[in-house]
Amino acid sequence: MSTTLDDNTIETTTPAWLAELQAAALKDYENTPAPTRRDEAWRYSDLSALNLDAFVEAKPVESEGRLINSSRGVEQTAAKLVFGNNALLHADTASLPAGVVVAPLDVAARDHAEIFRRYFMAQPVELGSHKYAALHKARVTGGTFIYVPANVEVALPIEVFHWVEGENASVFPHTLIICGENSKVTVLDYFQSSDNQRAFACGVNDLHLERGAKLNYVAVQNWSPTSLAFHINSTIVARDATSSALSLNFGGGFVRGESLSRLDGEGSRSEMLSINPLDGTRIVDQRTLQDHAAPGAASDLLYLNALDNASRSIFAGLIKVEEGAHRTDAYQKVRNLILSNESEANSMPGLEILADDVRCTHGATSGEINEDELFYMQARGIRKEDGRRLIVNGFFQSLLERLESAPLREYLGRKVTERLGLPVQ
Amino acid sequence: MSLEIKDLHANIGDREILKGLNLTIPKGEVHAIMGKNGSGKSTLAKVMAGHPSYEVTGGDVLLDGSSLFGLEPDQRARAGLFLAFQYPMEIPGVTIANFIRAALQARLPEGEELEAVEYYKNLYAQMDALKMPRTFTSRSVNDGFSGGEKKRCEVLQLAMLKPAYAVLDETDSGLDIDALKIVAEGVNTLRSPDTGFLVITHYQRLLNYIVPDVVHVMVDGRIVRSGGKDLALKLEAEGYDWIEKELLATA
Repeated sequence: MSTTLDDNTIETTTPAWLAELQAAALKDYENTPAPTRRDEAWRYSDLSALNLDAFVEAKPVESEGRLINSSRGVEQTAAKLVFGNNALLHADTASLPAGVVVAPLDVAARDHAEIFRRYFMAQPVELGSHKYAALHKARVTGGTFIYVPANVEVALPIEVFHWVEGENASVFPHTLIICGENSKVTVLDYFQSSDNQRAFACGVNDLHLERGAKLNYVAVQNWSPTSLAFHINSTIVARDATSSALSLNFGGGFVRGESLSRLDGEGSRSEMLSINPLDGTRIVDQRTLQDHAAPGAASDLLYLNALDNASRSIFAGLIKVEEGAHRTDAYQKVRNLILSNESEANSMPGLEILADDVRCTHGATSGEINEDELFYMQARGIRKEDGRRLIVNGFFQSLLERLESAPLREYLGRKVTERLGLPVQ
Repeated sequence: MSLEIKDLHANIGDREILKGLNLTIPKGEVHAIMGKNGSGKSTLAKVMAGHPSYEVTGGDVLLDGSSLFGLEPDQRARAGLFLAFQYPMEIPGVTIANFIRAALQARLPEGEELEAVEYYKNLYAQMDALKMPRTFTSRSVNDGFSGGEKKRCEVLQLAMLKPAYAVLDETDSGLDIDALKIVAEGVNTLRSPDTGFLVITHYQRLLNYIVPDVVHVMVDGRIVRSGGKDLALKLEAEGYDWIEKELLATA
């Protein structure tokens, strides 16, 4: 069942408290200085990419129907929302279990004000993009509020598409997910350009997992190859809850990703995964924090970059084990597959441990394609270029093997294969 | 129709490994090369397949009359040469099904798609014959495989790609007798008037199961003796010393 909301049904007035919040955020944005070379959080980055002068407010999209029809994800969903240039174009929430809320932000701010205020951008942005998070807060209109009540399991994925269209258009996608105690849900966010124009995307997502909850979150980012994008994520995991977040950065010219995972309760787990096929002159700049605030929690980060042409990756990650967070299990690994002499990978793993009896490992590796693997493929008749792509594909597919859901693993596997220009079965 | 190796010389770095090797394998025959470690057997296999670490300094390899030199390794494979590796590579994240499929796809004309249903039918039939569980198709190529599984996977590829000439480099190494029998049976069912085999081995044992038409002995980068399968038995019983002595005497 599908319902396309017309303008009347989505029209809401911004509540006063939100208007105030947004006005304060705009001041915060204006008063916060832009990053400089001296900022450790911007080391190795390309500050010239951060010039926002050219970007303009996005106009309504030209063809809603075309974007809605192009919003194709998994076969069956529990709910599906489509946004184009910050406006809701389509919402289908008919298959949701009772009590689950999937609503555009403005509707949620009106109908679920209390819970919205408690969670909406409640975390300080500590990884360098405070200024841009403030801009997001000031400008956000389009976005999704997802609330899963305690003990509810949403079997099918919830999908949200965020489109940008038009030269220098700006979008501010937001995803706020609150998973109640022992609930379970899978959410897929798609970030896509509808044309080949340069755009500005400044997105934030807040993921909150209450006790024993389970969340699988996937972001498939495919902005145009000249776009500037911020994706600022925070994940707060309560006792015995498990979060698994995966970002696939298929597009964007300069993509700044910031991911904070806070392990807030004993026995909580957070998996942070990222797949980055880089080519052309694209830059992906990722900063992460695994913040262990409770004992007996586990975090596991694996970021994979394949760097072709003159592309560049920057990774700076910190595992922070706070006082009293004993029996912490924390892993952090970045692997760079260097495909071209002109590409560059910068990796800065880090540890800060203030507790005893912890197990932390971190590391970054960079390597080229193994010539013997390539020869083996060629000896079977596979052309060198195809062999290279198969090996890069294999590099990424082995990360997907970590995903628990076989259909999701296969679906995302096909997406990666497609992105690499290989035939999909 | 034959695979013809003519006065082949090849180096690795400054060291000459192949020193004027001559050998002709007519289609439909199985030839075996035996030799001690370091005689250059594996080098011969890799040079024919086009491994970039080796430099050919003289001679030629002709596949049905056309030179393989000047062709990329993948072009040689598509021309009909297959090398079963002594140490097959592990390729994480690339499934066997996708790997073999890519190899078959590479043999089709531009724009033509491999027929998927037919492909899987054929793949499963070959796997059944090699007693490989079908779950193998979704495992990564050789990743975490035992020695026997790796060699079976090589024979599976051989069966699927159906080359004109197959070079089996120490296919018996690392196999227990049961695995050896399965692999040998796999090769034997592929023997046909359309295929030539070159079986490279250190031990005579394999030749009990893959019975060769001709046995060649390789010493120091050359073929020094050729004969029937009895030659292999003599080598097994008496070692290589007698050949080396005879060579010294005639030198």
